[in-house]
Amino acid sequence: MSQRPDAAATDRAAAPDPSPGAVRDEANAFLVEDAAGVADVADALAVASTTGAEAIVGRWSSPAGRLLRSVLALVAFFVIVGVAWQAFKWVSGDPWRFENILGTGASYFHQPPFRLIQATDIQLPHIWDIAYAMSEPVQRNQDTSLAAYLLGAAVYTWAEAAIGFVIGTVIGIVLASIFVHSVLVERAFVPYVIASQTIPIVALAPIIVVGFGRGLTSVVIIATYLTFFPVTIAMMRGLRAPDPRALELMRSYAASRWSIYWKVRLPASVPYLFTALKIAAAASVVGAVIGEGPGGVKDGLGRAIVNFNQQYITGPEKLWGTIVIASLTGIFFYLVVRVAEIIVLRGRQKMEA
Amino acid sequence: MTVGAGVVSAPVVRLAGVQKAFPVKGGGSTVALQGIDLDIARGEFISLIGPSGCGKSTLLRIVGDLITPSAGTVQVNGKPAPQARLDRDYGMVFQAPVLFDWRTVEANVRLPLEIQKVRGAERDRRVQEMLDLVELTGFHKHYPHQLSGGMQQRVAIARALAFQPAILLMDEPFGALDEMTRERLNAEVLRVWAQTGTTVIFVTHSIPEAVFLSTRVVVMSARPGRISDVIDIDLSQPRDETTRETDRYYELVTQVREALRGHHEGAPVGVPSKERARAEGGIG
Amino acid sequence: MTASTGSAPVAGGRLPPTGAVVARAVRYLPAIVVFVAVLVLWELSTGGEGRRVIPPPSSIWAAAQKNAEVLREAALNTFWEAIGGLVIGTVAGIAVGFASARWAIARDILLPVAIGASTIPLIAIAPIINNWFGVLNPLSKTMMAALLVFFPIVINVTRGLVQVQPAALELMRSYAASPGEVLRKVRIPNMLPFLFTALKVSTTLAFIGALVGEYFGGSSEVLGRVVLTSMSAGSFSLAWAAILIASAGAIVTYLLVGIAERLLIPWYAALRAGEI
Repeated sequence: MSQRPDAAATDRAAAPDPSPGAVRDEANAFLVEDAAGVADVADALAVASTTGAEAIVGRWSSPAGRLLRSVLALVAFFVIVGVAWQAFKWVSGDPWRFENILGTGASYFHQPPFRLIQATDIQLPHIWDIAYAMSEPVQRNQDTSLAAYLLGAAVYTWAEAAIGFVIGTVIGIVLASIFVHSVLVERAFVPYVIASQTIPIVALAPIIVVGFGRGLTSVVIIATYLTFFPVTIAMMRGLRAPDPRALELMRSYAASRWSIYWKVRLPASVPYLFTALKIAAAASVVGAVIGEGPGGVKDGLGRAIVNFNQQYITGPEKLWGTIVIASLTGIFFYLVVRVAEIIVLRGRQKMEA
Repeated sequence: MTVGAGVVSAPVVRLAGVQKAFPVKGGGSTVALQGIDLDIARGEFISLIGPSGCGKSTLLRIVGDLITPSAGTVQVNGKPAPQARLDRDYGMVFQAPVLFDWRTVEANVRLPLEIQKVRGAERDRRVQEMLDLVELTGFHKHYPHQLSGGMQQRVAIARALAFQPAILLMDEPFGALDEMTRERLNAEVLRVWAQTGTTVIFVTHSIPEAVFLSTRVVVMSARPGRISDVIDIDLSQPRDETTRETDRYYELVTQVREALRGHHEGAPVGVPSKERARAEGGIG
Repeated sequence: MTASTGSAPVAGGRLPPTGAVVARAVRYLPAIVVFVAVLVLWELSTGGEGRRVIPPPSSIWAAAQKNAEVLREAALNTFWEAIGGLVIGTVAGIAVGFASARWAIARDILLPVAIGASTIPLIAIAPIINNWFGVLNPLSKTMMAALLVFFPIVINVTRGLVQVQPAALELMRSYAASPGEVLRKVRIPNMLPFLFTALKVSTTLAFIGALVGEYFGGSSEVLGRVVLTSMSAGSFSLAWAAILIASAGAIVTYLLVGIAERLLIPWYAALRAGEI
């Protein structure tokens, strides 16, 4: 739970803070809300729980344990989705037909009781068909397998996302630092920071492409757009998080504002920053994928999605394979940030944003 | 059994051989309470005082059936503790006010009455009465965050008394407040106690507070948690600021302090003092 | 400023005195100044290629007037897609949230799925959703929006229902309250602020979902396609008009949720602002 800055009243009881993640300062006037990243909340629920698998997984609090917890959650994600996927097809898809299983000559047939169009083999290929297609050539007469092709595209997209991530983070930190030191600037611009996120970037994407030309720049701009907001908001909270008494102490040393910023505010903001970075990691990948479409970047996953969507009938597994790889890209980036967080925050109390 | 003020037929709280052990990470357990025997008569004001880890909060929660003892029996109002809880024989005040932010002061005080299905005019009357009792009339429609800490605790006390419980359990309710507010609230608690005749079990860290409020002070020691001393407080009622300035008050404060220190410094456990014999063998 | 010290406390929930209203208006003043300044500068600035891609507000307004019918139709369609997705995602999220708060098994399944879903670009599934529900059918855009909305809602509902102060639960136990009473009197009120926080985040997600769905294909009468077709035809003013309308729709929805929040949980707004 967030910490409330103490009011001056001396007989104020230490009432437990109930506010679920609101920014308790002037920014409230502009309805600023930061929802702690889904992954963080889920993690906190797991840690705090005393029942079920969470109780076991939640208990691991050493650095390696925490990483393992995240990895396990993601593995569980794929397992659960995979099971649900095939179960859905079992109940309402196309008939399952296996002949000569593993060369034994046995065959198997299953007729699902219902039929939903979303579960047909065209609309929702079997997981094993997707896996098989990954090893097949991406196009006839080409040597590269689908997997290799998509991996190349993923690296490209991830690079764009990473650049946008870094730029967005820097912008977010700079903006937050300015806002925290000048109430006037904050009041003038924070509403637009918030408004920028209520404006769906997708609407702006085509304009950005026209303005900056097809290619890397536009995509990076879109990725940056989606990452700077969570970082700004989280940093504003983080820079304001230090105990007012710590700040008073610094002032009693006649420390300059810069010195206070560097020695007190910035270190205090690091846990908040990492919460935002985990959100930003996913957001930058989304931004890169969305931007590549209109951006006309032929080497990225966004382009692959558009292409394989056009060719869907001839090979639905290819689009699905792209989606899987895009997901893995997002997860990869999240884990990178998570590892960085665990290393940097080693030994610190894990803070819930 | 004779106790402090007046003779009563049966103790309202009786603890016999109560023991509580908590499991510890990595196997084994730690004994929080051992061999607790205590009788509390109706209308008494009992303070539990002792160093951190002596189990006083645990003991309070055992009386309130929020924790189950590992051994021993707990009788509250002549029934086993769980039954007393289901019959709502006691009210509890914690260190933090634990008021619901989404309810007004009035709605917070109303909470136990709602759960007990008290309705309409009767309910409103009791809420009004309780708020008057803690001198918060006129603050009905305020939200907890609009009140100071001391006021919030008063609301918590009003809430705890709303359904007129036989027993009031208080766990360091004034611990987070400053000294002056604390002394003011001490006087309020005494006034409420005198007016309602509720039996009070009060956990505190503060020796002056324990002596000022109680009819008897139960001194506990740690590792393992047990009762090391029970001291009668024979200051006259009603007590007020002047009581805090009497010689007898200072004597008693010193007596409690020495009792606390004595066992802290490891007085031999096997040697029965008069007080220890009384504490371990029950009162009377 | 921060919380009053308790002198002259005002009962919560009522309209603040005029002084506070004026104070709040003054607080918004710098933002309004910036807005007007940018608008004026935008209108007055000169310059070649930039003017074509980002036309002055006056020509955007003119284009909007000229195409009012088309824009109105498109705006309503897109708006309903997004709102529909918001509603479906929220209802489903609340239902699953309650289930996962109640049963540990449901939570064991939900938490990993929520973590996974929040780290992957869910948006990549938009073309599939279009295929599943019909690319010309607004339902496909609604479902994409609902999918994005679902996860923040469900995780926050679960959080609000599960993460209650332990002292509050102890208190209810001391009252021998039934689990149903604890749910009604403690868990649900505790959950509401979390729900509204997630709802605000979700309004943007709903619009993003609807627009990306439209981007991958849809009928011509939706804002996303208006943007694309008018841009390829070179009429940027119309494209911007559609963009601004989409943005306005998202902002208005966000503010409406904020108003609903103030009406339904008035205590929370006062608590957060630290003022009466």
